[in-house]
Amino acid sequence: MGFSGWRVIKEGLTGNRGWKPQWRDAAPKKDYDVLIIGGGGHGLATAYYLAKEHGITNVAVLEKGHLGSGNIGRNTTLVRSNYMMPGNSEFYSHSLKLWEGLSQELNYNVMHSPRGQIVLNHSDAQRDGAVRRGNAMINRGDEAELLTRDDVRRMVPYLNFDSARFPIYGGLLQRRAGTARHDAVAWGYARAADERGVDLVQNCEVTGIDMKNGKVTGVQTTRGVIRAPKIAVVVAGRSSQVAAMAGMRLPIESHVLQAFVTEGLKPCIDHVISFGMGHFYISQSDKGGLVFGGNLDFYASYASRGNLPMKEHVMEAAMTLMPMIGKAKVLRSWGGIMDMTPDGSPIIDRTLIDGLYLNCGWCYGGFKAVPASGYGFAHLLATDQHHATASKFRLDRFRSGRGLMDEEATGSQHNLH
Amino acid sequence: MRITCPICGERDRREFYYKGDALALNRPGTDGGEKAWDDYLHMRDNPAGETRDLWFHEAGCSAWIVVTRNTVTHEILATELASKVKESAI
Amino acid sequence: MRLETGGMIDRETLVTFTFDGKSYQGFAGDTLASALLANGVKLLGRSFKYHRPRGVFTTGSAEPNALVTIGEGAQTDPNIRATMQEIFPGMVARSQNNWPSLRYDVLAVNDLLSPFLGAGFYYKTFMWPQSFWSKIYEPVIRRAAGLGALSGQSNEDLYEKAFAFCDILIIGAGPTGLMAALTAGRAGADVILADEDSIMGGRLNGETLMVAGQTGADWAAECVAELTALPNVRLMSRTTVTGAYDQGTYGALERLPRGGQDTTEDLPVECFWRIVAKRTILAAGALERSIAFADNDRPGIMSAGAVRTYVNRWGVAPGQKVVVFGNNDDAHRTAHDLVAAGIEVAALVDSRPEAEANGDFPIYAGSMLCGSSGRHGLKSVQLQRADGTTHTIEADCLAVSGGWNPTVHLTCHMNGRPKWDPEIASFIPVAKTIPNLVAAGACNGVFSTHHCLREGHSAANAALSALKIKIKKTSTPKAEDQAYSISALWAVPGEGRAWVDLQNDVTVKDIKQSAAESYSSVEHMKRYTTQGMAPDQGKNSNVQALAVLADVTGRGIPETGVTTFRPPYVPVSIAAMGAGAQGMGFAPRRLITSHKASLERGAPMIEAGLWYRPSYFPIPGEVTWRQSCDREVGYVRNVVGVSDVSTLGKIDIQGPDAPAFLDFVYTNMFSTLKPGRVRYGLMLREDGVVMDDGTTACLAPHHYVMTTSTAAAGEVMRHLEFVRQCLCPQMDVHIMSVTENWAQFAIAGPKSRMLLNGVLDQRISNQSWPFMSCGDVSIQGVDGRLFRISFSGEHAYEIAVPARYGDSLFRSLVARAETMGGGVYGLEALDVLRLEKGFLTHAEIEGRTTATDLGMERMMSNRKDFIGKAAALRPGLSGADREQLVGLKSMGAIKQLTAGAHLFNPTDNPESATDQGHVTSVGFSPTYGHFLGLAFLKNGHNRHGEKVRMVDTVQGVETLCEVHDPVLFDPTGDLARG
Repeated sequence: MGFSGWRVIKEGLTGNRGWKPQWRDAAPKKDYDVLIIGGGGHGLATAYYLAKEHGITNVAVLEKGHLGSGNIGRNTTLVRSNYMMPGNSEFYSHSLKLWEGLSQELNYNVMHSPRGQIVLNHSDAQRDGAVRRGNAMINRGDEAELLTRDDVRRMVPYLNFDSARFPIYGGLLQRRAGTARHDAVAWGYARAADERGVDLVQNCEVTGIDMKNGKVTGVQTTRGVIRAPKIAVVVAGRSSQVAAMAGMRLPIESHVLQAFVTEGLKPCIDHVISFGMGHFYISQSDKGGLVFGGNLDFYASYASRGNLPMKEHVMEAAMTLMPMIGKAKVLRSWGGIMDMTPDGSPIIDRTLIDGLYLNCGWCYGGFKAVPASGYGFAHLLATDQHHATASKFRLDRFRSGRGLMDEEATGSQHNLH
Repeated sequence: MRITCPICGERDRREFYYKGDALALNRPGTDGGEKAWDDYLHMRDNPAGETRDLWFHEAGCSAWIVVTRNTVTHEILATELASKVKESAI
Repeated sequence: MRLETGGMIDRETLVTFTFDGKSYQGFAGDTLASALLANGVKLLGRSFKYHRPRGVFTTGSAEPNALVTIGEGAQTDPNIRATMQEIFPGMVARSQNNWPSLRYDVLAVNDLLSPFLGAGFYYKTFMWPQSFWSKIYEPVIRRAAGLGALSGQSNEDLYEKAFAFCDILIIGAGPTGLMAALTAGRAGADVILADEDSIMGGRLNGETLMVAGQTGADWAAECVAELTALPNVRLMSRTTVTGAYDQGTYGALERLPRGGQDTTEDLPVECFWRIVAKRTILAAGALERSIAFADNDRPGIMSAGAVRTYVNRWGVAPGQKVVVFGNNDDAHRTAHDLVAAGIEVAALVDSRPEAEANGDFPIYAGSMLCGSSGRHGLKSVQLQRADGTTHTIEADCLAVSGGWNPTVHLTCHMNGRPKWDPEIASFIPVAKTIPNLVAAGACNGVFSTHHCLREGHSAANAALSALKIKIKKTSTPKAEDQAYSISALWAVPGEGRAWVDLQNDVTVKDIKQSAAESYSSVEHMKRYTTQGMAPDQGKNSNVQALAVLADVTGRGIPETGVTTFRPPYVPVSIAAMGAGAQGMGFAPRRLITSHKASLERGAPMIEAGLWYRPSYFPIPGEVTWRQSCDREVGYVRNVVGVSDVSTLGKIDIQGPDAPAFLDFVYTNMFSTLKPGRVRYGLMLREDGVVMDDGTTACLAPHHYVMTTSTAAAGEVMRHLEFVRQCLCPQMDVHIMSVTENWAQFAIAGPKSRMLLNGVLDQRISNQSWPFMSCGDVSIQGVDGRLFRISFSGEHAYEIAVPARYGDSLFRSLVARAETMGGGVYGLEALDVLRLEKGFLTHAEIEGRTTATDLGMERMMSNRKDFIGKAAALRPGLSGADREQLVGLKSMGAIKQLTAGAHLFNPTDNPESATDQGHVTSVGFSPTYGHFLGLAFLKNGHNRHGEKVRMVDTVQGVETLCEVHDPVLFDPTGDLARG
């Protein structure tokens, strides 16, 4: 029986004894049609769409820890489609549309909240950039509004308009942007995929990829050998290690991104706000904590934790932008492993190894991409054709220079995106 | 996090700028070929473990430094002037 | 209730404060919690989800229940633990998360709805209808969520950040830490001893234990006196070490007291410290844990250690009829201390059948509690004996002890995990999880005072040896060495809701349900139930919760594992970690030497990176910036204009290999540049994209000065150092940034030479100083440099003098220009002038454009290798499908062009699929009488003369444009050469 208000009431009246497991703790079979290495947001979404859109259910998701234990469980939950470069633009637009019906699709409340995002600008040059981006979004069929300083002041009066080091000139607003509950996305996709017959195999670390004559045949894992003709690698920051099992090097450098949450507070920030002159963006979760973050620590890392300099920079940006949160207290800080690419945009592609497919390079922006990434990757796995909305995320674009999607315009140094 | 600049001594991480893998020292020439340049600019070993990368003491003496460190533990094993590393390789 | 005697409070100094509008009195040294308990106030808060009445539970920073708001207006400080807040005269405190009052809270109805509000309920509902989530359900949830509220105003409280360095950092000043500090301090090491409390001594201040023949508190005070007198020891009280970071760096939050005799207005309220220690001793003690049983959360139910600490430290009886319930010997101390203070102990209930105690109170061994009563304050507890029979015991206070959890947190901040020690039924640190940090004392699982002193002593000696500091022999004083015998009890089986996480209202039932629904890994359980995610971050519930989970899933505790420990150990205000950045403090301001003079002329100074540059210079009668800009453009085109261009990067490059160096970093040849000549250069990134452009002047053989754009100065400098040190260390070349050493001014216009000949100490002519020449000059006795270069396309120069003469030269040049009918011009005019000339700024060099895109492929030499050459030849970086630089002018009825507009073929529908490019820069040209634009257009180089449609939907501007060569003004450059 599905989830609904009636169900909650019914179970509540009968001692809450009727709740069943939301997914099977599956043991791996000997073989499958498709193996998905990585049980995070993108991997679980891929499994779901393989089953739902393509009827492919003889699939196993192999997760080395527990489901959703990677970046899906520790991001700042932003959902938006304000990307400009061809390739990214249509992809994130598609993703946002998928977000908008996702709770209903999965019958799991992912708490998608289109509260609006304002990206502030602080100079004429930044404002011109906002105009270019806003027009790109509108031309894509999404929405964008250029806000004057007074517009921003009306919407977000608590920002520092009078004495800030970098005055606010205005902002770019996307009303349909917002937040969602990160864990719920993983769990919702997991439950829905499991319901359709996908095996979710936890505590199963892939230790080797078996190949024969340039074609994959299966994987070695801590829970035995599993055979499959199609293997999908979707492990974010660990992509280089898994690719190395197939003898591949990737254009990836893994970096730490820190994020923060404060103690729960009564509602005070209704939008997602992004600062234009420092690394800082913030929103408030439904539990009341202010969730915010900044940029990478900038050094390659697998430690999933960062150091004080970037922490402090983020707090400093908060204080110059919205000093009223000064007395909010940071409750917890954490870090993840970001798979950075030379243009800051992702890879969803086949590889030169027959049957080996790759989905990685989401840098620090993977959460909003979960639905369209799963959708597009499933399409590629099922049909061996790129989906129209995910057709430009090619692995070989760096070598040829064709179709680079450098949103930040910073070039091929991985950590500058 | 603290890094020992060979010239200035142990300094806080915030004084440094990070570029990336120390393979940047080994620049292919114009006739290096497409693959060599793709490797140089984009492809990385990206190890979970010991690595050598390039840091610039931007808020200090402006030395470029090759740092040998562990990307999992953040332990710093060695720091050397990049110019010295490059010279000994030439 | 206040006891007549005792406590480490100053009974001479009364302090008046308010709580929820009512006035109370306490003594200096009281916390809000101790003062309210002394006044018989038991109800301090409402729980997060169910709004259950709650009271003080502990002492110290891990307090789960008594979270209050201190202060009013802009000073409002939410979520303060009443157990940490020292009272001060006039303090205003308020309870949180209730309406309309603490006593009568409407949302207490949630408690009645609890069967429907269990773990994860919100994931299962609120989905229909779809639009209701963000319109109705979510706003209601958000209003109910959160604990305290921010005021919404920024405040002027002072916060600071500081660095400190030491040989040995000791975290915690209980017996372990004090002993370590004495040992290390006497040996002469540089020591920092930090403790969260206002008075050092840790648990010694809360117990009646003796050390060296005196009370623990007295011994601690003696230590503090000795340590204070040592110049090599720094005592930091009220300082919580919040995080352990790489290479011996620690974050710490110091809180300064407010009000009272020790304060001054000049002090910050908080200081965030970065402490760098060669060795660290963690002596953070242990936190007591509870035992879950039905209704174990009422006001008056407290940790046993806390109950006796209120008696001993603050002279407060938390109740008058106290039941003690525990599973270990330590709990008995509370019963004894209460009796010694004259407080009635209604019962000592010990779950261990073999428990023995001597005391003036009933003892129930092998028994447990299974219920309680009293909504706004405990009235009774329900005792369950071994044989299963139950009876009620009247009590207004329950002291619970489920044992002690070593405070391992900091040892796990760098990916470490603790290990389970069945002897103490808790987790202890694993060695070496933080390099150069050792745990000692109770946080290391060692609980007797004697052993704590010994561990502190030996840990200090080990640190001294490691640092090669001579150990000075020190003896450890005599103290109790009682065994800690515990029999694990996590939850009493039975009906009812047994609370595990008091802050997020998580019960044993929730944990069991979570496991039943597949959330059976400890991380899943935590996130699904939210246990451990509240402000105490599970300090009061983690171990019990995972023990319950282990039980339910049939695993051992070690196998079930723990969640990740992360900084900060206690919540840290954003203002403390961001100290100094409010308002203007966020970043330095870089000012040009003509800043003051520009302000005097009313120029708006605008941000250009960290610099401030004048936008335009209005004269009386002008009301719009355009008027000023048009006039200033006119100066340059018709007479002469003066502008401060000091912010452009200047890099001095010298050495025999300087020519080769320049050849390597620029696309075009520079080794052929002769002394006295200047050349425009293009610089690529190694990925083939344009990084910057500028001019480089050859002042003498092997001596050059390179200019960069303002925006890219730092990047170019860093890049040049990279090339010099990492790619070409064998080159004999040296570089130095001299941007700030030289003030530099542009003098541009038909009369520029005339102006210069009026101020220079020498005469220049077109022969002696041709276009693109440079050299030393003397101006009014000051040595300077003159460059004949032009960003405006006019006959123009730039003159540089040492920065200290900048203000004076600027004023002199402007005055001269004005006598000639010209004047000063700012950034707006600068931009129009360069647009007329098709010169580029970082609006065009925007990080994705190549030399070919910009029409500068001829600048890419094929005689040499240079940075970016190979990558620029990648197929994707050139070709007809690339967007290429063009000029635009409006041909439609709408004359305005806008930067950021996109371009389309006139017959296409404007959408992404038909996008042809975008406009980068726009300005109104008074010289031409219309708007000028630069844009990137697909295959633009081959489309001059074509029409395109400019569409800017975001600003509602649309017009038809003609495509032309970017260079409109003086395309052959004659004027500059004249």
